[in-house]
Amino acid sequence: MIPLWMYLVVAAAMFCIGVYGVLARRNAVAILMSVELMLSAVNINLIAFWRYVTPQNMSGQAFTAFVFVVAAAEAAVGLAIVISIYRSRRSVIVNDVNVLRG
Amino acid sequence: MLELNAQTIVFFIFSLLTLGGALGVVTNRNLIHGAIYLIISLFGGAGLFVLLSAPFFAAVQVLVYIGAIAILIIFAVMLTRSMTQLREVFNRQWWASALVGLLLFGLMLVGVILPVWGTGGSNADSPVSELTATTQDLGVALVDGNQYVLPFEVASLLLTAAMIGAIVIAREDD
Amino acid sequence: MEAQCINIIETMASCLVRGGTDPGLAQFLSIALGVLVVTLLPLILVIIFIWLERKIAARVQDRIGPNRVGPFGLLQNVADAVKLIIKEDITPAGADRLIYNAAPVIAILSVILVWGVIPYSPIHIGADLGIGVVYVVAVGSVGTLAIMMAGWSSNNKYALLGAFRVVAALVSYEVPMILALLVPLMIAGTMSMQGIVEAQQGMWFIVSAPIAALVFYISNLAETGRAPFDLIEAESELVAGYNIEYSGMKFGLFMASEFLHSFTANLLFAVIFLGGWSGPFVQQVPALGFVWLMAKTAVPYLFTLILRATIPRVRIDQMMAFNWKFLVPVALVNVLLVALILKVVQELGLSPSPENATDFVANVPQALILLVANLIMGVIVLNMLRNQGRRERMADQARMLRTVEQDKQIVPSAAR
Repeated sequence: MIPLWMYLVVAAAMFCIGVYGVLARRNAVAILMSVELMLSAVNINLIAFWRYVTPQNMSGQAFTAFVFVVAAAEAAVGLAIVISIYRSRRSVIVNDVNVLRG
Repeated sequence: MLELNAQTIVFFIFSLLTLGGALGVVTNRNLIHGAIYLIISLFGGAGLFVLLSAPFFAAVQVLVYIGAIAILIIFAVMLTRSMTQLREVFNRQWWASALVGLLLFGLMLVGVILPVWGTGGSNADSPVSELTATTQDLGVALVDGNQYVLPFEVASLLLTAAMIGAIVIAREDD
Repeated sequence: MEAQCINIIETMASCLVRGGTDPGLAQFLSIALGVLVVTLLPLILVIIFIWLERKIAARVQDRIGPNRVGPFGLLQNVADAVKLIIKEDITPAGADRLIYNAAPVIAILSVILVWGVIPYSPIHIGADLGIGVVYVVAVGSVGTLAIMMAGWSSNNKYALLGAFRVVAALVSYEVPMILALLVPLMIAGTMSMQGIVEAQQGMWFIVSAPIAALVFYISNLAETGRAPFDLIEAESELVAGYNIEYSGMKFGLFMASEFLHSFTANLLFAVIFLGGWSGPFVQQVPALGFVWLMAKTAVPYLFTLILRATIPRVRIDQMMAFNWKFLVPVALVNVLLVALILKVVQELGLSPSPENATDFVANVPQALILLVANLIMGVIVLNMLRNQGRRERMADQARMLRTVEQDKQIVPSAAR
């Protein structure tokens, strides 16, 4: 059987790669893709803990289901905003969306 | 430490897919290739779900993430292509981001491995029990009055609001 | 360990172990054989389907169809396959090589993977997943990804436009399909395909949920790109859509996946709504289940083929309006209605208990109530449609009269 910490290491690595993607990329769509990576890593983490620690309690699975829901909603609205920004400013580079900058 | 049976091999294959895909997402200049790598990574995640006795979530991951969100991302990439795609992929603080990522990973590694360090991994080596709750239990839990029916209804409201919001935001002003 | 006749996999594994091979290896080999059988079955059957399709379309159009190669043209597809194989393998300049070559593979993958969970008989099934129905829907949605990849990687704006339209339509029609699948799930109480077929031993679900069956059938027509929704691969428009740059065996894979997808969708319809392998003498001779399954699939499949040769094509905006304004509300209301009635029937004690679940007579009250409720809902929906159509016709006529009046005022000589 695979030890629990291996699953957690995989999820942690995926999360940190997502963090790097969010902080370092310039394209808004690429940032949203990295956010999806982070949410998926959280899901793996939750399910691993559910399986290894409390397999009878449904809290882990219910939590994961709601993370799925939130990820889907956030992806839809985020991409709609990105498309709307592209329409008005012709650019999806996040550095160019700086109208409110001081 | 680990016996070489089929489960270990499958775990390593899926972990490789997941992490390789994730690296491909954040380092690729071509966004369509990045979306394909995202799909590979999410597929690896679905495989890990199957290994963790959560087959319903594996199917939902393929259906929702790969079948809908990834296609939505590909659409968004195609609709927002600019003429000049020759800019750099990373912004000016990429080294600070890499440092932050590595530090965070180190912190998480410490948090994960320290409890099992030296004990030979005895307390978390195998699951607590082989009996897991089934998909039917998940269904009951989501509509049971004592369990998660309220977050379930709120989640459906959230999805409705997100759907209406996305339609309104992305609509052309006519 | 003597050989037990559970199914091929069990028999072969125990034979191998008795012959001295390692049990793990024997298990792996027998599973590999099972996978091979389940994968080759659709690929071999597709040859017959394509022939059947061409013959029936030809007869409807008052011509003969292929009749040169082999008796009755049966070997026509073999000849076509040979032709496609010996063609030159071209990759367009500027195309994304890896995605371009992977797209047809993923397209046919998403169809063949469905055959792994279909129950062919009471004891033969590829893998009896506990989440069979969700797996089928998930794998079907991977097919839309293949089309997107094909359209993008061809480096051709017509292919891209075709792929955009197709993917938008396919993703939209998944919604009523999933909603319509919820109804037999509710009545059967399980997501496993074998469980759904076993729950239909008493009464087929097409009797208990006709509206859900109809919505599922129409969504399948749209998902597989069949008439009247075949603008997806309209040969006469948009220069053949997303697979314009494909030639040779890759194009052959796309075509095979398309024909196979249509048969697979009808196979799912037969399994979920028409009772799968159930029929007379199945419990004694389990292999007869496969024959019954194919016979039951042939009915909606033949209907699909004749529909293709009969009905004209709809436009993309008509297709989307039909989906979002008609199919989705009908499917939603149907799910609510069936859930309500199932609970009411359960409270009244009319539902079949687990002991006599396979008895036809015990299932009749619940099925009858559901059927009546569905018919009432169908009548109400049709009346609403008729009133809507009448309103639109009146508005059109009023508008036309108004334009004629305006013309008369502008040009007095028209008022003759």
